[in-house]
Amino acid sequence: MTGAEIFVECLKREGVKEFFGYPGGAVIPLFDELYKHWEEFRFILVRHEQAAAHAADGYARATGKVGVCIATSGPGATNLTTGIATAYMDSVPIVAFTGQVRTAMIGSDAFQEADVTGITRPITKHNYLVKDVEDLARIIKEAFYIARTGRPGPVLVDVPVDIGLAETEFDYPEKVELRGYKPNYKGHPLQIKKVAKAIEESERPLLYVGGGVVISGAHEEVRQLAEKANIPVTTTLMALGTFPPDHPLYLGMPGMHGTRYANMAFIECDLIIAVGARFDDRVTGKIDAFAPHAKIAHIDIDPAAISKNVEVHIPVVGDAKLILRELLPLVKPRPRNSWNDQIDEWKRKWPLTYRNSDSVVKPQYVVEQIYEATKDRETIIATEVGQNQMWTAQYYKFHRPRTLLTSGGLGTMGYGFPASIGAQAGRPDALVIDIAGDGSIQMNIQELATVVQHGLPIKIAILNNGYLGMVRQWQELFWGRRYSAVDIAVQPDFVKLAEAYGIKGMRIEHPSEVRDAIEEALKEPGPVLMDFRIEREENVFPMVPAGKALHEMIGGLA
Amino acid sequence: MKHTIAALVENRFGVLARIAGLFSARGFNIDSLTVGETEDPTISRMTIVVEGDDRVLEQVMKQLNKLVDVIKVSDISSQKFVDRELVLIKVNAPRSRRSEIMEIAEVFRAKIVDISPNTLTIEATGNEDKIKAIIGMLKPFGIKELARTGRVAMLREFRGEV
Ligand SMILES: Cc1ncc(C[n+]2csc(CCOP(=O)(O)OP(=O)(O)O)c2C)c(N)n1
Ligand SMILES: [Mg+2]
Repeated sequence: MTGAEIFVECLKREGVKEFFGYPGGAVIPLFDELYKHWEEFRFILVRHEQAAAHAADGYARATGKVGVCIATSGPGATNLTTGIATAYMDSVPIVAFTGQVRTAMIGSDAFQEADVTGITRPITKHNYLVKDVEDLARIIKEAFYIARTGRPGPVLVDVPVDIGLAETEFDYPEKVELRGYKPNYKGHPLQIKKVAKAIEESERPLLYVGGGVVISGAHEEVRQLAEKANIPVTTTLMALGTFPPDHPLYLGMPGMHGTRYANMAFIECDLIIAVGARFDDRVTGKIDAFAPHAKIAHIDIDPAAISKNVEVHIPVVGDAKLILRELLPLVKPRPRNSWNDQIDEWKRKWPLTYRNSDSVVKPQYVVEQIYEATKDRETIIATEVGQNQMWTAQYYKFHRPRTLLTSGGLGTMGYGFPASIGAQAGRPDALVIDIAGDGSIQMNIQELATVVQHGLPIKIAILNNGYLGMVRQWQELFWGRRYSAVDIAVQPDFVKLAEAYGIKGMRIEHPSEVRDAIEEALKEPGPVLMDFRIEREENVFPMVPAGKALHEMIGGLA
Repeated sequence: MKHTIAALVENRFGVLARIAGLFSARGFNIDSLTVGETEDPTISRMTIVVEGDDRVLEQVMKQLNKLVDVIKVSDISSQKFVDRELVLIKVNAPRSRRSEIMEIAEVFRAKIVDISPNTLTIEATGNEDKIKAIIGMLKPFGIKELARTGRVAMLREFRGEV
């Protein structure tokens, strides 16, 4: 077989159907082979390679499968990098294929040459430059294996153009043998016992749940643990949807724009049981003042996540679901009434609220109404980055894991829309909505053509404040209202823009129109762009100012 | 504190860059790094000497362990180990001072490996203290050139008390 034939055969063996990309000189051999198998795949041609990487990422987050993207050498590959870094920071399994110049020309500054394995080394879990067609099948097999196992992440395979043309016998290895890579899934029984004991001794425990629970599929176990031992639960941005939002033990999201009661629980608890969470600075606030009374148990598949930012007393390395299953029978029921009463009091005192208006559209209201209109359907929400992202996290109630796609670690503007493309391709049955900012949406607006070409009925809701709102908020609160370089009121007419691409566009300027507009958009079989003209200077509250402790939150008191 | 890290890695292109990249990404300055094939030609052994805060170092070790190409990493400084370094020193040696220099070399069991009318080149091996000492002794003569291999190290097999 030729290298190109091997490439296509390997994709089939890995069960790849939908994937995303953009062609160019160095990948013509691969695309030519693909052409012969066109009906067996659903290849989605994006309009910018960054979108291909984000789409593969959105596909992976929404389905739990490995997402695949492909781009040409040089500029094609460098355009992928933002998407690869985004996936890396949020532990998303994707395999990226890039073309490369001929093996003999590597290192000669050939046309469209870039050292792609060099560039992507710090933003991939692993990467490969294929130097011999003999290695191609093994490398692809390993790439998928590494991407999805352990702590998942992006893997890049750089394929020189001559490798696609070279011939060899096809041999797809049955098993992957990597002596330097052996993820550990089973938690140490002794450590698990210690966690059970710590829970038993704790008066004020707190379950701090992160994205690892989504990846591991451990949400049921988390709920059982919480209910059995009456432990309140906070879920990070990456874990929204892993715990029932209306559950009495639920505290919502912690951190910079989390609820005051989740943050107070961190301050007052005597035990943190962290599951698949990594004590990110957006969660902990000022690290020296974080959880001053708490012993910390940390369950994580990545040993390097443990004791990285805070000192951990009981580490348990392994898969969250397996470990929680071992832990559950060891945990004794305990009512913990006074702790939960305390938390209920905080909840009553500091509910998450905003002041609505009957003259201007409030973004929080839009998000609430989107929730109300979609709560009875299988819905996947993507966000961009900025205020739109935080309002979505605060006011949309996520009932199931893998229903929120958002760039948490890297905070990549322009992520949401192409991620929606991936999600819709992987979940054709689901309703997919991108809640966007007017700044972020313009970072990958060209993908409107992709959704039209491929018949992806994605709905976009722009919370349009004419500002790079989150930056403006910081400038307003901490930089003396000096609005430097954040006014983006000069913008296209989004309705006309949608229409120019051949899709429905809507502008909503009054609160009374919000719900009807959403319903109308949802009735539309194709893609729709909704331009919500919101209060320009609305802020996201409450907020822990950067560098402050979690109990030093400001704002949000109605 | 100085740490000596021994790593067994896949003998493949790009591995050195991965490892060096990890250190620089975390703001670690590498004092020395040596790499060479082991008894198994598919495996290389790296000896890395770094100076740094224990907690940061622990993080770097964990990150190293995560690399697919890294088979085993250990911080051997906490155990008994032998370490050696080789140094080549080209020193000013006018005829009048030659015997003095050769005496010093002899004390350190170093070898004269090259000679010219005005210089001697000395090869010495030993642990860090010894290398420091011979360099210190030769400095007054005027060192013209110095090349060090960096440290190689291995755990001692006999760990019992004597
Ligand atoms: C690619 C990228 N560039 C810059 C930033 C910094 N940044 C964070 S939020 C933000 C403003 C986003 O504006 P918009 O999309 O309109 O969202 P809003 O905050 O107004 O809801 C910026 C510039 C970023 N996160 N990503
Ligand atoms: Mg905006």
